[in-house]
Amino acid sequence: MSLPATTAPPPPAAPPPDPSTPRRSRAHSLTRLDLKFSPYLYIAPFFVIFGVFGFYPMLRTAWMSLHDWNLVGDHTFIGFDNYTALVTDEYFWNATVNTFGIFLLSTVPQLLLALFLANLLNRTFLRARTVFRMAIFMPNVVSVAAVAIVFGMLFQRDFGVFNWLLGMVGVDPVDWDAQRWSSWTAVASMVNWRWTGYNTLILLAGMQAIPRDLYEAASIDGANQWKQFWRITLPMLTPTFVFVVILSTIGGLQLFTEPLVFANGNITGGDQREFQTLAMYMYELGIENLNTAGYGAAVAWAMFIMIALFSLLNFLLVRRSVK
Amino acid sequence: MNSASQRLWRTSPLTYCALVLAVLFSIYPFYYMIVIATRSLDAINDVPPPMTPGDSFGDNFGRVLDNDAANFVTGLINSLIVSSVVTLSVVITGSLAGFAFAKLRFRGRNVLLLSIIVTMMIPTQLGLIPLWGMIQDLGWYDTLYAVTVPFLVSAFGVFMMRQYASQAVSDELIEAGRVDGANTFRIYWNIVLPALRPAAAVLGLLTFMETWNSYLWPYAVLTPENPTLQVSLAFLSYAYYTDYSQVFAATAIGTVPLVIVFIVFGRQIIGGIMEGAVKS
Repeated sequence: MSLPATTAPPPPAAPPPDPSTPRRSRAHSLTRLDLKFSPYLYIAPFFVIFGVFGFYPMLRTAWMSLHDWNLVGDHTFIGFDNYTALVTDEYFWNATVNTFGIFLLSTVPQLLLALFLANLLNRTFLRARTVFRMAIFMPNVVSVAAVAIVFGMLFQRDFGVFNWLLGMVGVDPVDWDAQRWSSWTAVASMVNWRWTGYNTLILLAGMQAIPRDLYEAASIDGANQWKQFWRITLPMLTPTFVFVVILSTIGGLQLFTEPLVFANGNITGGDQREFQTLAMYMYELGIENLNTAGYGAAVAWAMFIMIALFSLLNFLLVRRSVK
Repeated sequence: MNSASQRLWRTSPLTYCALVLAVLFSIYPFYYMIVIATRSLDAINDVPPPMTPGDSFGDNFGRVLDNDAANFVTGLINSLIVSSVVTLSVVITGSLAGFAFAKLRFRGRNVLLLSIIVTMMIPTQLGLIPLWGMIQDLGWYDTLYAVTVPFLVSAFGVFMMRQYASQAVSDELIEAGRVDGANTFRIYWNIVLPALRPAAAVLGLLTFMETWNSYLWPYAVLTPENPTLQVSLAFLSYAYYTDYSQVFAATAIGTVPLVIVFIVFGRQIIGGIMEGAVKS
């Protein structure tokens, strides 16, 4: 952050304009207007567009959730009835369990693997490091739709590569999208494949910010690599790790496209809703069935509250356990 | 560096093995995509699954183009238009606002900046249902306005440009511009924007890729008659469940431009991501 003095516009450097030359004084007042108002002009596009298409819909979601709202136009105020209905909604809890199940199956292995890879990439004398970094990050470049299409095929029951590999070690073919655990595994593997490289890079950036002399001092004291990783790298990495965990939480709890494409566009996520996530349930209520938009809005807010609480919880947990 | 730390930071063959394994895992689905996209339809049902590319790509891609239900070419053109417009706008509005927040003084600056940072933490899905209704009311359903206008600005873009501008643009240079009688916009255009070019390139690439790949919202407001590329791919894969070589040929065509962009600019993109991570 720079000092206030350096960001201040320069004081009028020129001596006060000669009143006998009106042209110059008009130019001067134009400059004053420019200095005073142009900053607002430059930030206005963001606030106008975000206000209309970002902030307003968000508030409106809250308002809608207090109504029996129909996207075609009818609505009546019902207070918190939508929220109390959620408590006994079987599909809502089903979607919540699915979302957290897939979230755990994707976030935990993903972050452990990213930590491991980042530690490998952090070696000083590593050759071809740019190539490694790029190759590991590449999955993040492809669209979710493409990933889900390709993985859908890899997870095919009859001629998919994964079942063929399982068959080689004597396991019967799995009908991946038919059961909970298997569909969760399939969806989580797409998420893992796409995001491990991204998290690796973020963690690597955090590792490279740790001063090297700490390691040198430790190695002179006889600490081995493993010890150094636990005593230096991990504690110093806490802020980055918190950042990555929270980012993964926000993304993971909003999971939508991977399960949707894996279900071939079926918004219920499998015949028995085996892998319908909260975001899919919200979409089903609010957009596929226009007449339950108010209830869908309540799901949206419930989701947001869960994300916020869970991020906070993760934040506290990660900070405590690593410190 | 002394010899103790040299030993410590050396890279063992095991490290390379692990990294190569990770790279193979990262690349395999791309390779598999090409294998299926170049195979004839019946070769796909083989056991063991095909492991090498075939020669049917032209044939498969021909079927994509002939497929009236997918509107693949329309999707490709639409994606190009939407991604370009959104990218250009995010870079311009982001650099203008970033410049203002970093280098200009005005009342309420800190509060406004803080409000932008807070909005970065709110999930977009929170406003999804009303936004869908708004698009209907505006008469934008199934038009490119619906997938362009709401994304013309980005909080992340403003924040990133602000961070970069506060370091990369020296105050002396701006003062010199003022002394020479340049107004604020000329200073932005002639001094600030050129200095922001590296950050603008990274922001532009990230925005382009994100817009090109976005799925949920276009799927909600577009129909198969006027899709973006991802929407076209989705309807192709849902409707033509068994014709995998056709779907994969289309998926490959939709992915190749991104991979090329990434191979050319990957170094900058990765640098930008890593730099952004340390500062935030």
